[in-house]
Amino acid sequence: MSKRNMIAAVFFGIVAGIFVMSALLMHPFGELDESAMDDYIIENTQEETGANNGVTAVVFDYRGFDTLGEATVLFTAVAGVILVFRRLHDD
Amino acid sequence: MTKMSRIVQTITSIMFPFAMIYGLYVIAHGHLTPGGGFQGGAIVASACAMILVAFGSKWTMEKIKEKHLSIFESVGALCFIGLAFFGLIFGSVFFSNYLVGNEMLFGVIPMAGSTAADFNTGGVIPLMNFAVGLKVIAGLFAIVLVMAYATTKLREGKK
Amino acid sequence: MIYNLPYLAVVCLVLIGLYAVLFKRNLIKMIIGITLIESGVNLFLITLGYRKDSIAPIYTSSPGGIMSLPIPQALTLTSIVIGVAVLALMLSFVIHIYRHYGTLDVRKMGRLKE
Repeated sequence: MSKRNMIAAVFFGIVAGIFVMSALLMHPFGELDESAMDDYIIENTQEETGANNGVTAVVFDYRGFDTLGEATVLFTAVAGVILVFRRLHDD
Repeated sequence: MTKMSRIVQTITSIMFPFAMIYGLYVIAHGHLTPGGGFQGGAIVASACAMILVAFGSKWTMEKIKEKHLSIFESVGALCFIGLAFFGLIFGSVFFSNYLVGNEMLFGVIPMAGSTAADFNTGGVIPLMNFAVGLKVIAGLFAIVLVMAYATTKLREGKK
Repeated sequence: MIYNLPYLAVVCLVLIGLYAVLFKRNLIKMIIGITLIESGVNLFLITLGYRKDSIAPIYTSSPGGIMSLPIPQALTLTSIVIGVAVLALMLSFVIHIYRHYGTLDVRKMGRLKE
């Protein structure tokens, strides 16, 4: 075991311990404390947006800016991939 | 990548329209059932990747150049931003839903509670679904096509 | 302790991905580890929005009852698409590196000599 592997193993053990402790100390699965924003969305989706699907209404109407940012990320990834392979392409 | 045998090419040509219609159904009914622009776009892009695997990358690159695919993707992105800007002109804020309560295009408001599915509802959401679906199809297909064609050229250049 | 099982599954996914990134030498195995970490984070986002005995937040022919929260599901959709974009860029860089160095071993790269 080289020196780098031992340091990496100590770091891995510390991170694993922190993660398992915080997973056991979280609130029980299924019992939420506050959900006021989502209660408002579930009640008023059909009259404000007119869609039957709550998730699509959140993605495109209540949080449309996040979808705009995600479309930009997709465009940047496609532009980057085509840019990397441009030199092997002879026409 | 090279072509596959003739049996695989025939079966792929038969299965491709069914996969594409299923993907377009998921895109179009995004405001009624689970689905939407991103999910349906991934389904159609995987059907197009099936064509690429069966017919080889040289044949596919001769039929569909990536310039046309980039034009498709730009049209989809511009339609999405254009619909948002019309919300600024007709409504009051940037992304507002100005087609609700319209009675002409997509503006019927459904009754409260659990109803049956009416396609005429949704406001500006079905149009945005089509724009984002077009963008995702063109983007994912362009990524797969460019990578496959470039590695074919690489292997030929080494031999 | 059985009622916290989804959070322990998330921790298992993230730890396996972290092990693959830290202790493996092949570049492709490290990329698989990064994808595992992203899958663990997406699972964590979805399990934060569940209420007991709830149904999906869709009104079309729904059987009625409490609905689970729709906002974490929308954030997970965005996160999945961003993960795909990052994976495509990482793989194209690995192809470029292989053409230049001839090997995929990560201990043999990174020298500034060439």
